[in-house]
Amino acid sequence: MIRLSWRQFRAQATVAFGALAVIAVVLAITGPQLVHLYYTSVVPCRAQGDCSVATAAFVGRDKLLQALSLVLVVVPGVIGVFWGAPLLARELETGTYQLAWTQSVPRKRWLAVKLGLVGLASVAVAGLLSLMVTWWSSPIDRVNADPFTVFDQRGIVPFGYAAFAFALGVTAGMLLRRTVPAMAATLVVFAGIRVAVERLVRPYLIAPLRIVSAVVPPSPGSGPGNPAVAPSPGDWVLSDQTINAAGHVVGQGGLIGYAGGRFGILFSPAGDGRMTLQGVGLCPNRFPAQASVAPGGGPNAAFSQAAGKCVTRLVRQVLAYQPTSRYWPLQGYELAIFGGLALILAGFSFWWMRRRFA
Amino acid sequence: MSAALAARGLGKQYGRRWALSDCTLDIPQGRVVGLVGPNGAGKTTLLQLAVGLLRPTAGTIEVLGRPPSDDARQLGQVGFVAQDTPVYSALSVADHLRLGGWLNPRWDDEVARRRIGQLGLDPKQRAGKLSGGQQAQLALTLAVAKRPELLILDEPVASLDPLARREFLQLLMAAVAEHEFSIVLSSHLVADLERICDYLVVLASSRVQVAGEVEGLLAAHRRLIGPRRDPKAFAPDLQVIDESHTDVQSTLVVRCDGPVHDPAWTVEELSLEDLVLAYMGRARQQGSASDRRLGVLR
Repeated sequence: MIRLSWRQFRAQATVAFGALAVIAVVLAITGPQLVHLYYTSVVPCRAQGDCSVATAAFVGRDKLLQALSLVLVVVPGVIGVFWGAPLLARELETGTYQLAWTQSVPRKRWLAVKLGLVGLASVAVAGLLSLMVTWWSSPIDRVNADPFTVFDQRGIVPFGYAAFAFALGVTAGMLLRRTVPAMAATLVVFAGIRVAVERLVRPYLIAPLRIVSAVVPPSPGSGPGNPAVAPSPGDWVLSDQTINAAGHVVGQGGLIGYAGGRFGILFSPAGDGRMTLQGVGLCPNRFPAQASVAPGGGPNAAFSQAAGKCVTRLVRQVLAYQPTSRYWPLQGYELAIFGGLALILAGFSFWWMRRRFA
Repeated sequence: MSAALAARGLGKQYGRRWALSDCTLDIPQGRVVGLVGPNGAGKTTLLQLAVGLLRPTAGTIEVLGRPPSDDARQLGQVGFVAQDTPVYSALSVADHLRLGGWLNPRWDDEVARRRIGQLGLDPKQRAGKLSGGQQAQLALTLAVAKRPELLILDEPVASLDPLARREFLQLLMAAVAEHEFSIVLSSHLVADLERICDYLVVLASSRVQVAGEVEGLLAAHRRLIGPRRDPKAFAPDLQVIDESHTDVQSTLVVRCDGPVHDPAWTVEELSLEDLVLAYMGRARQQGSASDRRLGVLR
């Protein structure tokens, strides 16, 4: 059975692993050059201080090879569509399953070998490509210092994506029994689930860290004060909101948004020495009589002081983020999710096969 | 010896439609069984149930004494050539033989190679490039070289031209003579089966209409032609299968265990085709009668 599966799969496997080998050679040649350049251009200039020119030149290197990163986004889906979906659909569509399942090999073994062989190849192709790209890009990633933007193009998650896409394709083919609709369904469902996990699941796999800080009022003429930022530039900021005492969101990033779509911190007189913090409500403190804002200029010291008191009491800034240190734990969890989904789909295909066919 | 194929109240339902219902059969081993019936009668369903490609909705089926199951031993005993004889179009003829060897422990490579040689097939040719008749022969070769005890073929000649059809059936009979397995073969054409079958099952309107040895069936059925009379006035030992009447004459197909003595009838023997058509005609009338009853109920 293994020999038959290999005979049916070998042409596709040869193309895929051949391409992988070519990529491996190219990366193996250019990778060390990149590392060398990193130590000769970026590291020395860092030691001297400002080096935006050197880093810009460095991260602009080998754009074509950096595009492999994007290829890596597409590869699992392609595997699901071209290896997963036709695996059973083609047999069911052309009727050859009747030939295959009436030889002396039990159907569950037939399915196990097919899933095992082609599934393993799928995971290997996407996974190896990811490991190669991760290794090759590591100097560039270190300079960019923004690991979460390339989260799904690095490390171990592509193993899970490929396993899931493949199992999804197989399942779609089994249920739809036609190759082309199964391919389309695989693509749509896979893309949908990938986006859904990225937006709705990944940020909360580990409870995000929060920084809650008082909003510092704007100093004269300089717009916002100094809102809190995530501790490290590589941290993944999930949300950065300004909330009022009741916990409602009134703005973003230490500012207050209000109707009209403008942001800032604005006061308007409410009479009797009171001020309204626009978009939030009435200030609890009175503004002294000498507090004033010069037309076309800034507020005077008394105004700034009263305004600061008001803002501090009415709103807070809440910053939620995933620190860089959680990059690998999050990779692990996401791999587990997609790997788990793949196993569930594989189990389902065995169950369905037994139920649907004797 | 257990039956080649035994069914008790076997039924298969698709949605609300019964493709096969209440099928009870006992086909002995060592026969060449023709399963005949119009298109859509349930032949494919019955055969797929027999090889375990389908699971029954009702009743039981046993093949060579055991229910079809997903284990290597049972699978190895039954050879199957599916309708339209599917083969892997991207694989060559030689690949198919290799495939047979890999997947079947009792594979007889010598037989397979000899058959391919006799057929004049080029082992390097892709199966997708073969003609319909050659594909059918390739599928048959796979099934025969597996050395089954029972070979099941679903409309193997339906898509073949008359010459390829005769050639296929001849080679099939040669294989039976050589390897001594039982055969169940379906067709919607009696002429295909007449030459080779010694046991007949007529399936129509998803039910078994009649089953038995061909000789016995022919001996037990007669056509009676005589002056018109009321069908209710017949002798009770005559089972009327099919009847047609003109103003003056009645023509009946009857099943009778002894000779017909009534001198008013002219008694004729039936051909196998006439017999099958009589049962199919009866099935259709019963079908439309039950449709009418349903119409009244609605």
